[in-house]
Formats: sequence, C-alpha cells, structure tokens
Amino acid sequence: MRPVATTRSATGMPTARLAVWWLIASEVVIFGGLLASYIMHRLAHDAWSVQAAYTNTWIGAFNTLVLLTSSLTAVLGHKAADEGDGERAAKMLGFTMLGGVTFLVVKAFEWTIEIQHGFTITSNTFWSFYYSAAGLHALHVLAGVVVMGIVAASARKNEELHRVELIGLYWHFVDIVWIFLFPLLYIAK
Amino acid sequence: MSEEHTHHPNYVKIWAILVVLLVISVTGPMIGIKWVTLFTAFGIAIVKAYMVVVNFMHIGATRRFVPYLVVTCLLFMFLFFAGVAPDVMKADGENWSKPSWLEAQAQAALEGDHPH
Repeated sequence: MRPVATTRSATGMPTARLAVWWLIASEVVIFGGLLASYIMHRLAHDAWSVQAAYTNTWIGAFNTLVLLTSSLTAVLGHKAADEGDGERAAKMLGFTMLGGVTFLVVKAFEWTIEIQHGFTITSNTFWSFYYSAAGLHALHVLAGVVVMGIVAASARKNEELHRVELIGLYWHFVDIVWIFLFPLLYIAK
Repeated sequence: MSEEHTHHPNYVKIWAILVVLLVISVTGPMIGIKWVTLFTAFGIAIVKAYMVVVNFMHIGATRRFVPYLVVTCLLFMFLFFAGVAPDVMKADGENWSKPSWLEAQAQAALEGDHPH
C-alpha cells in the first residue's frame, strides 16, 4: 500500500508535492522577512559597508558555484527518477549531498577565520545579520543533506522515487536563498 | 515514480549559463561603478533565481495556484518592507523621533558649516 501523500491528489497534484511547495512558500516569508530587514538596515546605515568589506567574496563565490552545481545534480537525480533509474537517482543525490557537505565545511572554515579576527555575532548589527542569515541558511543545507540521505537510501532500492523530485524542490529553494544572500553579504561593499 | 513526467531540458546547458552569470556578478562590481554593481549583483541574482525556479523547479509545469501561492508570500515580504522600512530608515515621523539620529544629523550639519 502506497502512502496517502503519493496517491492522493485532490488539488490536481500529488499531496506530497503540494506539501513541499507549501513549505517553500512559508520559507519565502521567513527568509524574505530576514532579507528585507537586512536591506532596510543596510540602506539606513552606510557604516555597514565598512564591516561588509571584511567578508571574503571569493569564498562566497566558491560556495555559490558549489550550490549551483549541487542543484544541477539534484535535478539530474529527478530526471533519473522519472526514467525509473533509482540507482542513478541515488548516485546524483549522493553528489548533491557532497555539494552540501562541501558548502558547510567551507562555511565552517570561513566562520572560524572571521571569529578569530574578532567578528562575532555580537560585534555589531551587521555581523548579527550576517551570522543569523547565513546560519539559518546553513541549517537548511544541513537538514537537506540529512533528508536527502534518507531519500537516496530508498531510491537506491528503486522505492519511493517520487521523493527524489520533492527533496530536489527543497534543495533548489535553498540554492535560491543563497543566490540572494551572496550579493547582499559578499558583493555589496 | 512521479505521477506525471516532467519535460527535462538540457540541464547542463542551464547550469553553464548560471555559472557564466555568477562570474559576471563577481567581476561586475570590480569595475567600481555603482549602477554596474547593483545590476550585476542584484539584477543577475534575480535572473539566476528565475532560471532555477523555471528550469530546475519546473514551476511552469505545476498547477497554476502554486506560483500564485509563492508570489503571494513574496508580496507579504514587500508589504512588510513598506510598513517597517520608514521606522528603520527615517530619523523621525508622525508622533515619533529618534533623538540620537537627529543629534547626529544636527552635528553633521554643523560640521558641514564649520569644517575642521
């Protein structure tokens, strides 16, 4: 017997996919509120550009490349799942997880350097926003990697392949959030 | 397996375009012109996000209410910005003021009149 989330489609689409889009819509409000707050404070305080000058653009750019590439492997996993190739889908999700882990390792390295230089979450409001926004995003990356591992394990056995698309949707959203965080925190100096 | 099969475009080509846009968004601000920085950093971010939503998330292939749902949430973000930004960005308003900001503005004006 297949789960209700897979078989039921009262809205014209599988309930599981609707649930993920609903989650994404709620995340838009969460990250949107955070980024809107950052933008209004940044516009009001020219001095923030002095603090922003200490963020490393190249590290941010590298992490953007990593997430864009992991989005590619996630969508290739979706394609493989659509073709019924669970093994390839699991392999692609594995590459995506590798991207997520790489992102987190680079972030940890970057934060270590920044904290060693005295830029902590309590240094001033810019760094409070920096750590809050990037930290909340990093938690989403971590959650995505964990769930992706569970989805990949079942996909490898050719089971519940519809979940590959669902975790992919979430992952692309996490990618989009970073696409906006990158210029806000690393480029606008 | 998914109930409906999605049309899958050439994802590698889309990824390559996204990478090129990333390179432009990093190199653009190096020119040092403010409007170029704004366009290459934030304009390109919007283009990249649109490309991911359309090509990787296949929002066009979902039911029509899904994009409406997401856009409604985005509108809430703009509503929040419009409602709160004046309090954050202005020194005073109707029945309220930020004394420290007004003092700083007065000081700046004074220093402007009598530069050291």
